[in-house]
This record gives sequence, C-alpha cells and structure tokens, in this order.
Amino acid sequence: MMTLNDFYQGFRDPQTIGHLATLIAQQAAKTNQQINIMEVCGGHTHTIMKYGLLQLLPTNIRFIHGPGCPVCVMPKERIDHAATLASQADTILVTLGDMIRVPGSMGSLAQFRSRGCDIRPIYDPLDTLVIAQDNPHKTVIFFAIGFETSAPMTAALLAQAEALHIDNLLFHINHVLVPPAIDAVMSDSRAQVNAFIGPAHVSVISGSKIYQSTVDKYQTPVVVSGFEPVDVMESILRIVTQKVAGKAELDNQYSRSVSYEGNLAAQQLVDKYFMVRDSFRWRGLGPIAKSALTLRPEYHHRDAERIYAKILPTAEIDDHKACMCGDILRGLANPKECKVFGRGCSPQTPLGSCMVSSEGACNAYYRYGEVINAN
Amino acid sequence: MCLSVPSKVVEIHDDATVTVDTLGVKRRVSCHLISDPLAIGDFVLIHIGFVMNKIDHNDAQESLDLYRQIVTAMQLESEQ
Ligand code: SF4
Ligand code: SF4
Repeated sequence: MMTLNDFYQGFRDPQTIGHLATLIAQQAAKTNQQINIMEVCGGHTHTIMKYGLLQLLPTNIRFIHGPGCPVCVMPKERIDHAATLASQADTILVTLGDMIRVPGSMGSLAQFRSRGCDIRPIYDPLDTLVIAQDNPHKTVIFFAIGFETSAPMTAALLAQAEALHIDNLLFHINHVLVPPAIDAVMSDSRAQVNAFIGPAHVSVISGSKIYQSTVDKYQTPVVVSGFEPVDVMESILRIVTQKVAGKAELDNQYSRSVSYEGNLAAQQLVDKYFMVRDSFRWRGLGPIAKSALTLRPEYHHRDAERIYAKILPTAEIDDHKACMCGDILRGLANPKECKVFGRGCSPQTPLGSCMVSSEGACNAYYRYGEVINAN
Repeated sequence: MCLSVPSKVVEIHDDATVTVDTLGVKRRVSCHLISDPLAIGDFVLIHIGFVMNKIDHNDAQESLDLYRQIVTAMQLESEQ
C-alpha cells in the first residue's frame, strides 16, 4: 500500500519535474503566441516560487498572480470592523491565521491585541465553540474569512452553535467567491491573461464546474490543479497543449479529489446558511457584484455586521498610495515594480496585504527573491 | 491560509472526528463535511481542521504511473 511519504515524493520528484519541463518546452516551441497563465491562488504562487519552476519554463510562458488569497483581498474597512468589534467590552474576537497581521486604517488586529483587546487566532473554526462555551458571559465573534474552500467550515461551526444553543457566538462574514473575481480581472480591457490554473481545494468543495463560464465567456483554458510541483507542471503542460491545438477547455488535473460537481454535502451546508451578497469591495479590485456571501435572514440573530451596524465604520479605505497591490492582483504589475518593495514594505513591516499574507505575491517574491532573480 | 494538505486517517472516533497523520504530525479533525464513511488508511484532504474530501488512491496511483512512464520514455529517448 502507498504510504503518505511515497505519495508526496511522487508528486515532488525532481526527475519528473525536469521531464515535464522538456515536454512543455517541446509544445511551447510549436507556437509563437505568448501564454499568460494566471494562478488564481497564492498556494500555487508559492509552489512555483519555492520549487523554482519559473526557470524551467520557456520564455513565452508567463505567470500572473491572481486575487486568490482571502488575506490579500480583505479591504481595510473590514479589518476596521474587526478591530471595532474587538474593542467592545466583554467581547472576544476569533479569527484565522494571518488575518491578525493585516493593517487596517486604525492598525492591525495584532496591535489591538497588544492594546488589551481579547483577540484569538485559531487554526480550526470549531475551537471557537469551546471559547464560547468557556466564556458564557462574553460575546464571542468569529471573523470569518476565506473562499469557497472555507465557507463550509464556517457553516459547520454555525450549525453546531445552533444545535448546541450556544447563543453568545456571533459571526462577521467575509467569505468571497473565485469566479466573480476572475470576471473582474478579465473584464478590464488591460487584462493580459489567456489561461488559468484553478486552485484544487476550491474545486474540491465547489467542483470544477465553477469555471465553465470562464472557459465559455473568455475562451481561455482553465485547468484545476493540485499544489505539488509535479501537479503544477502537468497543469502547465495541459494548458500549453490546449493553446497549441487552439482549444479552450475546462480540464481537471486533480481528479484524485476533484469532481465536476464537487462536495455536495458541503455545498448544501453553505446554501443552508449563506446567500450571495449584492456586492463586496475587494482590496485592490474595488466593489464586485455578487462576489461574496452573507448570512441568510433566518440567521440574522448571529450576524455581527447587522447587530453592530450602528458602530461599525462605513468609510471605504484604500491602501497606501505607493502600494500597487491592486495592479498586482489584476496581473498588471509585478511586485518588483513597486517602489517600496523590500524597502518601506517587507513581511516585518507590510504596507499592503500582498506582503502580509504568507501566500501573497509580494511575500513570495520577497522570500524567494533569489530564486527569481536567478531566472 | 487555506493550503489543504493530504493526510492519512489513523484512528476513527465516534464523535464525527478522526485522527490523521500529516507526514508525522498527528491531529484530530472533524468529519462534518464529508458524507462517505472513512476507513483507516484512507488519504484525505484537510483544510482548517476539517476533512474536505477523500483522495482516490487509484487515481493518484494512475497519475504516478503516468509520470513514471514519462520518465522512462524520455530516458530511453536520450539514450538513443
Ligand atoms: S488562502 Fe487558500 S485560496 Fe487563498 S491563496 Fe491561500 S491557499 Fe489559495
Ligand atoms: S510591495 Fe508592499 S506596498 Fe508594494 S505592492 Fe506589495 S504589498 Fe503593496
């Protein structure tokens, strides 16, 4: 039987990566078109950087980093919401991972925590239940972030809170959706993307079907891809092969866990608790219609955004003037083109979200810069 | 933040959780999002404390076999 180690090794094997690179180069030599692939998700950006895949690719293949990181796309005013909520008396704000380091207009959540607010980063949403149960006299607010991948976990937390009558648990929902963000990138007349690599984990939940409209509307190949380096190289090969044949199709490289329909149980759970929000303002991209989720009216008693509507700031706040995150998220600029990259802005002192998130494009360029410069 | 990681199921509990091994690190995760039953030895994808889906062994094996064929074929070619 295959062990987990064999499994990883197989999908990270340098020899396989090298041979796939040769096959990609052979295909790419058959066309003189420029192939601009957007890897929507920061997870792929990191695989590409970490394993030095760029150096292995022919020069007519270019990567453009997309808006696929929930930390990168969170606008400052939403972080200000979180900070305002956390500043209320007898309140505990709970959120995932990197979120607490993202700067809002009044500071980051980490700064609010050092000023005395009870803010707790967690790795598992269900830990929030324990926090709420252990603190019955406080209001616990889950600041929910993430794409299609994470929304079902928030829904499962909400389902548990309802079932166990944990009434001191509220939600501030910031779940965003991948396809409307792709539309926003493509509808810009300056868009240069002509193929996509779709993140496997989003499609594990939503199915590869969510990209059918992208393929049809923009006549671009979309390959749903795993995150190991061999997965990414195989996906690039599939894209180049389509391009050479003049095709634009939906393809699924990660068939070992992604189906066309996705995880239906998870989708039903999301549907039960959430509906699509009319509009959501993305950091760098501005407002995008129907690009995020909100709680259904039956669960308004859990919706911190409604319950605290009177005290939450409403102004829209853009990033520092020097920050080019917007152009980077649209694929119109490279992190190194930003004047403050590595000077005013580094992972220790991030100015924009692309540097904060460990999956952001600027962060990847900063961390793996030498690999890139060698290219 | 949401890098999903392949892990192996090593223990099954009766409260809709399982213990998984992610390259040596063991942790307990929730099965609330998966409708198929899990067995010990299954490979699963984990995302923030939840099993999202199973990984199909056969399909993974097929991909790995295909890569092995590519490696062999290209080595033969370069020897000629
Ligand atoms: S948070 Fe998830 S979807 Fe977003 S960039 Fe990271 S891995 Fe990709
Ligand atoms: S380097 Fe910093 S300031 Fe420049 S675009 Fe990236 S995150 Fe924004």
